[in-house]
Amino acid sequence: MTTLEFKDVVKDYTLRNGLKASTLRAVDHVSFTLAPGRTVALVGQSGSGKSTIAKLLMQLERPTSGEILVDGRPMQRRGAGLRQYRKAVQMVFQDPFASLNPYHTVGHHLARPITLHHPEYSRTQVRARVLELLARVRLDPAQEYVDRRPHELSGGQRQRVAIARALAPGPGILVADEPVSMLDVSIRLGVLNLLATLQREEDLGVLYITHDLATARHFSDEIMVLYRGAVVERGPADDVILNPQHPYTKLLAEAAPDPERRLAELNGGVRDDDAVPA
Amino acid sequence: MAIITQDPQPAVAHVPATPRRRRLRLPRAPKLVLGVSIASAVVLFGVVGPYLVGNPSSVRDVGLAGPTSEFILGTTQTGQDVFAQLAHATRGSLTIGLVVGALTLVLSAFFGIVGAFAGGWLDETFSLISNVMLVIPGLPLVIVISSYIPEKSIWLIAAVLALTGWAGSARVLRGFTLSLRNRDYVLAARVSGERSWRILSVEILPNLIPLLASQVVFAIIFAILGEAGLSFLGLGASGSFTWGTMLFYAQNGLALRLGAWWWFIPPGLLLALFGAALSLINFSIDEIINPKLRAQTRSDRKKWSMSRAQLKDAAEVTV
Repeated sequence: MTTLEFKDVVKDYTLRNGLKASTLRAVDHVSFTLAPGRTVALVGQSGSGKSTIAKLLMQLERPTSGEILVDGRPMQRRGAGLRQYRKAVQMVFQDPFASLNPYHTVGHHLARPITLHHPEYSRTQVRARVLELLARVRLDPAQEYVDRRPHELSGGQRQRVAIARALAPGPGILVADEPVSMLDVSIRLGVLNLLATLQREEDLGVLYITHDLATARHFSDEIMVLYRGAVVERGPADDVILNPQHPYTKLLAEAAPDPERRLAELNGGVRDDDAVPA
Repeated sequence: MAIITQDPQPAVAHVPATPRRRRLRLPRAPKLVLGVSIASAVVLFGVVGPYLVGNPSSVRDVGLAGPTSEFILGTTQTGQDVFAQLAHATRGSLTIGLVVGALTLVLSAFFGIVGAFAGGWLDETFSLISNVMLVIPGLPLVIVISSYIPEKSIWLIAAVLALTGWAGSARVLRGFTLSLRNRDYVLAARVSGERSWRILSVEILPNLIPLLASQVVFAIIFAILGEAGLSFLGLGASGSFTWGTMLFYAQNGLALRLGAWWWFIPPGLLLALFGAALSLINFSIDEIINPKLRAQTRSDRKKWSMSRAQLKDAAEVTV
């Protein structure tokens, strides 16, 4: 089991515009802890720094200051330490149409992380583990999917493959960067439920990045609201959604579609003469 | 309003019961078939031909004779067998094309793909080098070199053509690699813990294969035509046969004025045919990369509209 601590992390980007250079603070003194079995939701609008935090966690970017601790020790950037980190912290990307290589089969996508993190496995062991992972993400029968290429799968099926790939090394922490925003509304719930089930089974610590308040409330224990790189509000999921304190959170909560409120508006004012279906 | 409904039965019957595995199915476009068959015929002639003919340089006393049963394509001014020369010239031109194609592939892949993938100062250096090479013109460089080296081998010409020709495709490859290296699947491979060289060779390179293929085909056309141009100007490799040198000697021997068509038409025709065949192959590779280019001929577009019978039915329904 892994505990990941994000401690006072700052990430600045330098923007060059001709000779002038300015800095953009994408992540502004953000701290949080990902513990086994708990889901933390990171909510915010586009450009608020959600994905930068995911990139920092995946070591695709370096923090400008602050540190990321794994089980109390600073994360390693190279060698065996990096390998261990990769094994412990995995990520599901946002766009299932972009995160799978069109050239390779589903089996390749799953077999690579397994062989990388378990070099002692034989070919048949790897194959068995691939089939097991496919079955775990409910791609049944696994035999039928393993040799397909990404373009032969639907969006939901691809995202399941991406989830299986993230689970392949056997991580303790899973970062899900808007895992359902590119999917059809009708299959979002299925993918989210799958993530929740896998989390319970593996006791994963999950960072759920989203701009959808409803799913954030439903699936997470704690919600952090990010605005221009800084955490403006945090707390237990229900408290943040039902009783928002910060003006930005209130704005977000109001912007979310609420059928009851809308119906009340329709009934009460503008279109009084029209019959509104009850 | 016209509503045309079709009986659902035939449509259902076409659907196969189980999805079939289709792996590496080469498109059978007429363009590709024609291009490949012409190119392979020329290559076969270049490979096998020289073994079947006599010495292309041996001089006889039957000068400038038209095609006969003994000399299928007649003889040159000094009585050399044009057909024998053509076979050796085909081999020479193809050798140049092959060498330049291979060198261009290696150079452009190295400077274009590796630079773009590594990024940072390496990318800056590599793209500076390719930009400099891009502006060095091939012909003047060969002219300068030929004034220093009197005995130019076929390999030297190939090396010069490759050195002056790789930069363009390096830039194309660099652009494509820049877009590929930030794709999510490359980041995902990095997150999985893949090593850089493996990401490059297993995740990125396969997606570049169609582009590489079309660049190589283009480089071969460029090399063969470039060499023919150089040889025609008398700047080609000394003491070797290529299509260009044949044309050069035909021009020197006043073949056109003397009406000796058998001397200059065969190499010119082969040059044009081989270039056209490679272009056809290149077009069909382009269509594989970019499907929008497919099915855009007028006859194809006609097929998209309704047939005459359908139009008649539609008219009846509307009335």
